[in-house]
Amino acid sequence: MVTTHQQWELSSPVVERLQSQRSHELNRNCLGSGNQPSTSNCWSDVISRGFPTAGFLSLMTSSIVTRTHASLNTFCSVQYSTKMAARRISGVISRSLSLRTLSSSIVSRGNRSNLGSEVHRFTTAAALEEPIIPPVRVNDTQLLINGKFVDSALGKTFPTLDPRTGEVIANVAEGDAEDINRAVSAARKAFDEGPWPKMTAYERSHVLLRFADLVDKHNDELAALETWNNGKPYEQSAKTEVPMFARLFRYYAGWADKIHGLTVPADGPYHVQTLHEPIGVAGQIIPWNFPLLMFAWKVGPALATGNTIVLKTAEQTPLTALYAAKLLHEAGLPPGVLNVVSGYGPTAGAALASHMDVDKIAFTGSTDTGKIVQELAAKSNLKPVTLELGGKSPFIVCEDADIDKAVELAHFALFFNQGQCCCAGSRTFVHERVYDEFLEKAKARAQSRTVGDPFQTGIEQGPQIDSEQYQKILRYIKSGIDSNATLECGGDKIGSKGYFIQPTVFSNVKDDMLIAQDEIFGPVQTILKFKELPEVIKRANATRYGLAAGVFTQNIDVANTLTRALRAGTVWVNCFDVFDAAIPFGGYKMSGVGREKGIYSLNNYLQIKAVVTALKNPAWL
Amino acid sequence: MAARRISGVISRSLSSSIVSRGNRSNLGREVQRFSTVAALEEPITPPVGINYTQLLIDGKFVDSASGKTFPTLDPRTGDVIANVAEGDAEDVNRAVSAARKAFDEGPWPKMTAYERSRVLLRFADLIDKHNDDLAALETWNNGKPYEQAARIEVPSVARLFRYYAGWADKIHGLTVPADGPYHVQTLHEPIGVAGQIIPWNFPLVMFAWKVGPALATGNTIVLKSAEQTPLTALYAAKLLHEAGLPPGVLNIVSGYGPTAGAALASHMDVDKIAFTGSTATGKIVQELAAKSNLKPVTLELGGKSPFIVCEDANIDRAVELAHFALFFNQGQCCAAGSRTFVHERVYDEFVEKAKARAQRRTVGDPFQKGIEHGPQIDSDQFEKILRYIKSGIESNATLECGGDKIGSKGYYIQPTVFSNVKDDMLIAQDEIFGPVQTILKFKELDEVIKRANMTRYGLAAGVFTKSIDTANMLTRALRTGTVWVNCYDVFDAAIPFGGYKMSGIGREKGIYSLHNYLQVKAVVTSLENPAWL
Repeated sequence: MVTTHQQWELSSPVVERLQSQRSHELNRNCLGSGNQPSTSNCWSDVISRGFPTAGFLSLMTSSIVTRTHASLNTFCSVQYSTKMAARRISGVISRSLSLRTLSSSIVSRGNRSNLGSEVHRFTTAAALEEPIIPPVRVNDTQLLINGKFVDSALGKTFPTLDPRTGEVIANVAEGDAEDINRAVSAARKAFDEGPWPKMTAYERSHVLLRFADLVDKHNDELAALETWNNGKPYEQSAKTEVPMFARLFRYYAGWADKIHGLTVPADGPYHVQTLHEPIGVAGQIIPWNFPLLMFAWKVGPALATGNTIVLKTAEQTPLTALYAAKLLHEAGLPPGVLNVVSGYGPTAGAALASHMDVDKIAFTGSTDTGKIVQELAAKSNLKPVTLELGGKSPFIVCEDADIDKAVELAHFALFFNQGQCCCAGSRTFVHERVYDEFLEKAKARAQSRTVGDPFQTGIEQGPQIDSEQYQKILRYIKSGIDSNATLECGGDKIGSKGYFIQPTVFSNVKDDMLIAQDEIFGPVQTILKFKELPEVIKRANATRYGLAAGVFTQNIDVANTLTRALRAGTVWVNCFDVFDAAIPFGGYKMSGVGREKGIYSLNNYLQIKAVVTALKNPAWL
Repeated sequence: MAARRISGVISRSLSSSIVSRGNRSNLGREVQRFSTVAALEEPITPPVGINYTQLLIDGKFVDSASGKTFPTLDPRTGDVIANVAEGDAEDVNRAVSAARKAFDEGPWPKMTAYERSRVLLRFADLIDKHNDDLAALETWNNGKPYEQAARIEVPSVARLFRYYAGWADKIHGLTVPADGPYHVQTLHEPIGVAGQIIPWNFPLVMFAWKVGPALATGNTIVLKSAEQTPLTALYAAKLLHEAGLPPGVLNIVSGYGPTAGAALASHMDVDKIAFTGSTATGKIVQELAAKSNLKPVTLELGGKSPFIVCEDANIDRAVELAHFALFFNQGQCCAAGSRTFVHERVYDEFVEKAKARAQRRTVGDPFQKGIEHGPQIDSDQFEKILRYIKSGIESNATLECGGDKIGSKGYYIQPTVFSNVKDDMLIAQDEIFGPVQTILKFKELDEVIKRANMTRYGLAAGVFTKSIDTANMLTRALRTGTVWVNCYDVFDAAIPFGGYKMSGIGREKGIYSLHNYLQVKAVVTSLENPAWL
């Protein structure tokens, strides 16, 4: 069952064209940089191989991006921010010129005529910089159907952009209904005829474990690709997200051979058992804010339970899923088990949600789109739906809380990933007795947040994902100002290129302001004041969302009261954004349906079959 | 259920005074005759009164906001039993707001699980006490044999509530291993206000499947009963309050799907909706939930369940159970074994015996002793079934017996058997929901697996064989929520029930049913200097 690299059918004419173009440009760039003798060696090395190898790139990466030790679960954690010492964007610029040169050669592959001028400057409050060249190449841009990379049926492509500049990284095959049909039919065949669901659970777990090892091996490339396509800090990708991605697959590998049904007591002479069977072909639609992690949350449990998959990635971030899926095949996944279709929601996404031969759909994204997915499922074949949607999660700081810790984690809860988290702590409720102190410190912390090129060491915040989100966030900031919230800091974009926004803090926010009600999905912290516990419970729950909540207190009674009263799928007490594989995640109310991660996630991909057999003269009942 | 014919003993009591309460002007002549093949009879007067016809909101029986009522009919005659308050959107609003208050302010979810279980246990005792009244009301309103209602269904309702009472104090969350210094636990919380829409084929049993797990897990409820059968839910809900259920915890709204049902499924303050009924309506419920507040949905829908008789099966037993699988409850079961696949080597013997069994089936007044088969629920269903029979004949299936209505009043249909049925005939594809058995022939196991699965439904299946390999192979290969091996329609409280494919979403009964009414909350607390991780 092991699929090797050689079996991958990359559309060879395209690859050859790209390769020759790349060599040509590598040469040109190298020759053009005669005043940089230190990089010349580098280039001759590259050129002599004709193609930079992964190992080479990985080496460069590790030397250029200074590593700090990171613990696996530092999605959360105070250590994160203390390690990320308060550096400003005006801080040290530790970029290497050789990288820049490399990037211009890599970036200018494909038919992107507007990429000649990719080295643009963007202004920040502190400095003008050129974007660092990502230490990775884009190899996989086609659809992955039935174990092969293929063009879309219509031959269409769409550009995927670098959020630092808004410029094209690559043109990616654009999947539409016909491609979904092809992918579903491959997944159907792989499910109905096997071998995947007919393999032993142990064999399936082995594939997932081998995949996790390959992810470790390609950690830095995956991380670089993720950062390039999404704009999140490279250190966050490389030290937290990709390792966690491997961790999630090892977690689900462990579940594969532990899917137990029950034997069930009967009221009469019957032997009753339940079988937990794979549900069939799973459709999965993932968002752009954590492309790899959302891949793991979706693909991990579906594969562990023996299903086959058609995965649609977000149109903003198609690249890492293709890379990861290729590694999965390298690890031995049979063809057709995981099919990846890049494309847009109204076309490919809707086709998947409506498909009559898809047995299950899971979606992560906005509440509005989630409703459409649920409707399409209802109108077609009533496939069960799992939804992970929006949030407006309260972060409640009680008067007895450790204020410094609360400030740091409230900052983290909101600004992490450029504020682009469904569970962002986007309503910071602070007790009136500590409000002023909290506010002052929260403002200072936001002002010390390092914003800049996410490939730069020590950078905490990169650009927003795209122009649409960027404009939307700026509109919300304007709305906050117009509604008379106090703008403590930030409030504007940074530079003229890419989608950078200043870390923004509003105080004196009232519940009825738009910025306290809508999901902004950007670096905008809104700080509200409260007095009594019952009051903050009521206000925290007065939202259509119910995804998560933070509670900061030293008092166990307060912690327990809030924990039970908050109608949210996760309550973090004196912590935030702890995302272990075993902790279930999902929403109350309009934040979603179902749970991902943990033992609960398995149910999403299992059917329960009751088997009742008549007994003759049973020894016991 | 001895083979007695409809011409048997007429044991009716002349308690017509009970029946003629309320504003039912056309009820003066409720003692009508209808003709059958065997005899002309008058309907037996049901030994029960009708006390509850209003909506039950916030612990009180009230008229509908509009003051409207609708007639509920006796399927034996089509005559009006009673006029029942007709709930509409405004009544659903009132009921939801009572349920919301009862959930948000308590006491129900704030009571201990033990106290909640005691209420359910007391309710089960009251059901036992009122067994015969409930059964008579069920039969009167639904047309199912009284013996079935009194000896099987009502006792099973009490049994189900005792089952769920036992779960109330056993809703465990988990503590969860963490990758760092965190204490992780999950709380399994009540989901809130549950909307529940139940069908007319098993009004009380469906009440128990829905209400039992929702109450055991601490939720409050707005239940819409089927417009054909509003009576027993009101009676049962009254008993639940007698057992100590606080007001507002269970609200009953009688009414129609497009009005009350749609209002419930669309309501922004309902946290969960569960529906049992047709696949077409289930899709609408799911859409309304999606368009409103994305409430999670449990659906128990239609079926076209295969009943597979292998060549080594005990044929007499298979004939009897295949007959039961289809004709039970006048064929009005979502899990009806409505495609009887018989191996070619035993096909002729099977058809002959199945036909003989169907011809022996006693059809008549469901209050009469020994009657196996009463009328269909209403004129819509009655007409639809007759159309399917006509379609079967026209598509050249062999009509072995039956095929016609019985009498000129009420909704009686002859037990009907078709042989030589092909997969592409309408009667082999659609859910007929009536007493029409369709017998198909097969040769190979692989072939019958493929044909059995070739349907949009996936609710249940029956497998008859002595071979353990055949049983195991079919059990895994059939894409259905239940597989009965050498048995059928075993419906214990602990056995989960639900559909693959378009037969539904989720499972009812058993431990699985609890998830439908629980939210999972992960609670993560940071640890200082933990002794272990």
